[in-house]
Amino acid sequence: MTTTTGSRRRSGEPSSRLAHALMAAGVLYFVLPLVWIVIAATKSQPDLLSSPALWFGREFSLIDNVRRLFREDGGVYGRWLANTALYSGVSAAGATLLAALAGYGLARFSFWGKRFFETALLGMIMVPATALVLPTYLILSKTGIVNTVWAVVLPSLLSPFGTYLVRVHVTESVPVELIDAARVDRAGELRIFLQIVVPLMRPAIVTVFLVTLVATWNNYFLPLVVLSDADLYPLTVGLTTWFNTAQQEAGTRQLFDLVITGSLLAVVPLVAAFVLLQRFWRSGAGSGALK
Amino acid sequence: MTRALPIAPPEPSGRAPRRSSRRATAHPLAGALFVLPFFLVVVAFLVVPLGFAFWLSLSSKSLARGTRFSGVDNYVRAFTDPLLLDGVVRVVLFGVVQIPIMLGVALAGALAIDAVGTRFARVYRLVAFTPYAVPAVLGALMWGFLYSRTFGVFADVPVLFGGQPVDFFSSSLLLVSLGNIVTWAWTGYNTIVLYSALQGVPRETCEAAVIDGASPVQIALRVKVPAIRRAVSLAAIFSVIGTVQFFTEPYVMARFAPQISAGYTPNLYAYNQAFAYSNFHYSAAISFTLGFVVFVVAHVFVVVSRRRGAAS
Repeated sequence: MTTTTGSRRRSGEPSSRLAHALMAAGVLYFVLPLVWIVIAATKSQPDLLSSPALWFGREFSLIDNVRRLFREDGGVYGRWLANTALYSGVSAAGATLLAALAGYGLARFSFWGKRFFETALLGMIMVPATALVLPTYLILSKTGIVNTVWAVVLPSLLSPFGTYLVRVHVTESVPVELIDAARVDRAGELRIFLQIVVPLMRPAIVTVFLVTLVATWNNYFLPLVVLSDADLYPLTVGLTTWFNTAQQEAGTRQLFDLVITGSLLAVVPLVAAFVLLQRFWRSGAGSGALK
Repeated sequence: MTRALPIAPPEPSGRAPRRSSRRATAHPLAGALFVLPFFLVVVAFLVVPLGFAFWLSLSSKSLARGTRFSGVDNYVRAFTDPLLLDGVVRVVLFGVVQIPIMLGVALAGALAIDAVGTRFARVYRLVAFTPYAVPAVLGALMWGFLYSRTFGVFADVPVLFGGQPVDFFSSSLLLVSLGNIVTWAWTGYNTIVLYSALQGVPRETCEAAVIDGASPVQIALRVKVPAIRRAVSLAAIFSVIGTVQFFTEPYVMARFAPQISAGYTPNLYAYNQAFAYSNFHYSAAISFTLGFVVFVVAHVFVVVSRRRGAAS
């Protein structure tokens, strides 16, 4: 928690009441779908259709729903969950590593072509990610790694924004003198990076990791395009295929309750990560996005 | 096609000079080596795909003649394709309405948090940000359920007062329904970004305004908002970039609202050209044009706002 600085308005003044009223309305708006899905996940399909949307049904079926969720289609939900964790974990770790190295290289070294690359970096941030998906698919289909784990992980390593964020952070909070002093002491460049620079840029690293983790965890377009094997799907693609089936076979198969429970379980890990790591992303969002 | 842009870091050429014992400067190659892995990913997954898409977009495939070079035909077709232009108009309309609403709410939220700094403000900050962690697909699914008559809460509200149920998937309300989903998902993120910018506004400026007798609302609008103008315009750029790519929400929503056509948004159109009609050449042209247009618009925006910032 950041400590609040002075000159805050005391509560009770009209403007403070206005601010609180605005925020209260906002809280209701932002939590509503989440409250709905938590409640809906506790209902069986008949209860979903018959009970009030924002109140519990006749029976509490959450545990039963979860059990069925992991059994449906031969336990494919567990696979999707594992795939999502794998794709986003590996992509985020890789993208963060590349961004940390490159951001430091750009901030504290000079080499031929650096200025041009930095200008180009700003341009890369502006390239819409989904405009790259179809071209990437076309390239990958030439190399034969379409419909493999790599088709999702490798393109997700690209994070110009992460590199930019690290660069800004290093410029601000890693003193040149410290690095020079280490060089005079004959520390190798890699050692300087690992032992001096990395600890100093930890907030930026956590932020980049979280941003890329969310981006891959939530990614839909890329896996939708490059994967065709249901066993390789991440949660986002898997759950939508279930949802399609749920609509087409509404009479014969009960799937809506599983889609809802599955969505809830897909959302929980990231929300938890964000709540636990708040102080990192908050400082990071400020340092990177606004320069 | 490997038409790399000339943004290469130096090739490792020649031998590096030997280290002298008291040298405090970096090895001349060290910086380039730090950047190299990232650079390779940029080449493989940005430069090469874009180059390949561009090359692909310059040819066409037909049953009669096979694949052959067709120059700018695909681009001429794109710029005169009524279905695509329809989608462009729809997305522009969407952005013109949705982005100001979203950023307005985000700005109000950020100013409120900044002004009161109570525990409730911290709760608000966290709650508003939560939707960012929810995948867009699942956000769209949740709202789709909430909009529906069977599962949701809103559709039947007018019935309580003797009216007709609301159809959130009707053509007239569809864009509003989609706009709400996007606003729900991204307002909190923008709130955090703007709030972080507000933290950088010098407290003395605000205190001076208090001494001059300015009300909190006046301070917010006359002192704080102008001070974070650049952050606001940056948030606007990123929102524009996001809007141009509009895909996931309409794609999911099409399950609830069948009138969402193959060309509802340009990106949806590019996807359908590739995967529904196997028209990869045309799809590449659309993707390339989309990316290029955003790129140019974003850059013009940056340059203009920078120049304006420098002038004032």
